[in-house]
Formats: sequence, C-alpha cells, structure tokens
Amino acid sequence: MIYVILTLVLLLLMVASAIYAIWQKDLLYAVIASGILSLFLSIVFVILQAPDVALTEAAIGVALTTIIFIIAIRNTVRYEDEHDKKKKVKTTTK
Amino acid sequence: MSILEIIGGLLIVIGSIFLFLGALGIYRMPDVFNRLQAGTKASTLGAMATILGVGLLAPGWIFKVLIIILFIAYSNPISSHALARAMHKRKGYMYFKDEDIDAYSEIEEKDNSEK
Amino acid sequence: MDYIIYFSLTVMTLALILAAVRFYKGPSAGDRTLALDTMTTIGVSSIVLLAYLFDRYIYLDVALVYGVLGFIGVIVIARYLEKAL
Repeated sequence: MIYVILTLVLLLLMVASAIYAIWQKDLLYAVIASGILSLFLSIVFVILQAPDVALTEAAIGVALTTIIFIIAIRNTVRYEDEHDKKKKVKTTTK
Repeated sequence: MSILEIIGGLLIVIGSIFLFLGALGIYRMPDVFNRLQAGTKASTLGAMATILGVGLLAPGWIFKVLIIILFIAYSNPISSHALARAMHKRKGYMYFKDEDIDAYSEIEEKDNSEK
Repeated sequence: MDYIIYFSLTVMTLALILAAVRFYKGPSAGDRTLALDTMTTIGVSSIVLLAYLFDRYIYLDVALVYGVLGFIGVIVIARYLEKAL
C-alpha cells in the first residue's frame, strides 16, 4: 500500500515538474525542473525493481544533461523570448 | 529484537524527522541565506543518521553505507558553499541586513581595493 | 521493524512535497537550486531505505551514484549564476 501511495505522489510531482518545464519562459528554471523530474523518475525505477535503469538515469539525468544545458544557455540567451524582442527592435528601427 | 536493531530504528526515525524539519525550514524561512542554512545542515544530519541506521540494521552492508556517508559529508557542504557565494555576489536579498552580520562584503571590498 | 520504515518513507514524501512547493514559489534562482539540492539529499536516503525494504544489496549502488554525482549540477548552476563558468 505504501508503494502505491509513494509511486502516485512521485508520478504527480513528475507530471507537475514536466508541465512547469514546458510552461516556464526562463530556461534556467526549466533545466532545474528537468533535473527534479530525473530524480523522481530514478526513485520510481527503484520502486519498480529496475536498478540498472535507475543507475543510468541518475548518471545521465542529473550530471550530464544539466551540465550540457547550462553550457548551452551560457553560450546563447537565458530567456526564451529574448530573440523575438531583439528582432522586433531591429525591424522597428529599420 | 537485539540492541543493534533498536539503535538502528531510533536513528532512522530521528533522521527522517530531521529531513522533514529541513524541508519545513526551506519552506518557512524568509530569506535565501536562512533557507540555505536550514535546508543544508538539517538535511545533511538527517541523511547521515538515516543511512547509518540502515547500516546498523543490516550489518553486512556497513562498508558501502560508510562510503555513502563519506560522499554525502563532503559533497553537501561544497554545493551549499558555492550557492551561498554565488547568491552573495549577485547581491541577494537579506532579511537581517546589518553591518555586523554581513562581514564577507568588507573582505570583498578590501580585496577589490588591493587590486 | 517494517512499520518504522513505512513511517520514515511517509515523512520523506511530505518533505519532498514541501521542497517542491518551495521550488514552485521561490522568488530567485538560488531558492530553486536549493530545492533541487535538498531533494537530492532526501532522494538518496529514501533510496537507501527502499534498498533495505526490498532486501537487495545492489540497490545501494544507485544511492552511491547519486551521492557522487548529485552535487555537480548544483555547482555548475552556482558557477553560472556567479558569471564565472
């Protein structure tokens, strides 16, 4: 019974953080939300008795994805609609 | 029920209550530095007590359990210190704004003037 | 002895929900990163408890990998916020 409640709460939090990562305009917060989703997914894999999948999810989802996305944000822009604002300013000044 | 199992169960209960108090601290505190202090210290103590309790309940696992405790004991203060330093450099909001408390800014100003 | 672990897992689930609320409400980037850090610590201890509950020695490896790699993401985000990456 406790597994059902724990899995249900973790799945609800996973869906909530995935919706948050899509809806958020600040890309840094979306990256943190995807890291939280990966943590919950790893605990759900442990409950479903698949430790090797949980191990891979932990190594890739927490460390590798976060580092690569942060380096990508560092080299481009942080906010999602910053490109559009710059384009609009350019077209209006022309 | 041996004495080792009683100590292990007591450690697990104490550790989980400390984890809950750490999460309650980062929910209730007014400021990012207070949240860092509450969340990191309480959750480090709670995680170490819980994992040591599991190691006492199953005595064959004590080696790997001690390795996990060692990694938590060095990795959690490192991340907390890096986060506090970053928030101080970004001029984060401080609830108790006072000259006596914020001593790191004076050291920072002295370093900048020496350069 | 199982009821103690059920109680601890329930308390840890409540702690995860409180940290998730702070992640949703947090005004600055530091609060959200702190929520990620606290959730990682709570997740490591709950994985160890699940390993004892299922009585499998191999599940401790997942907690070990989380303990080794969990702080790298927080450090990278903090260095990015410091503009020193």
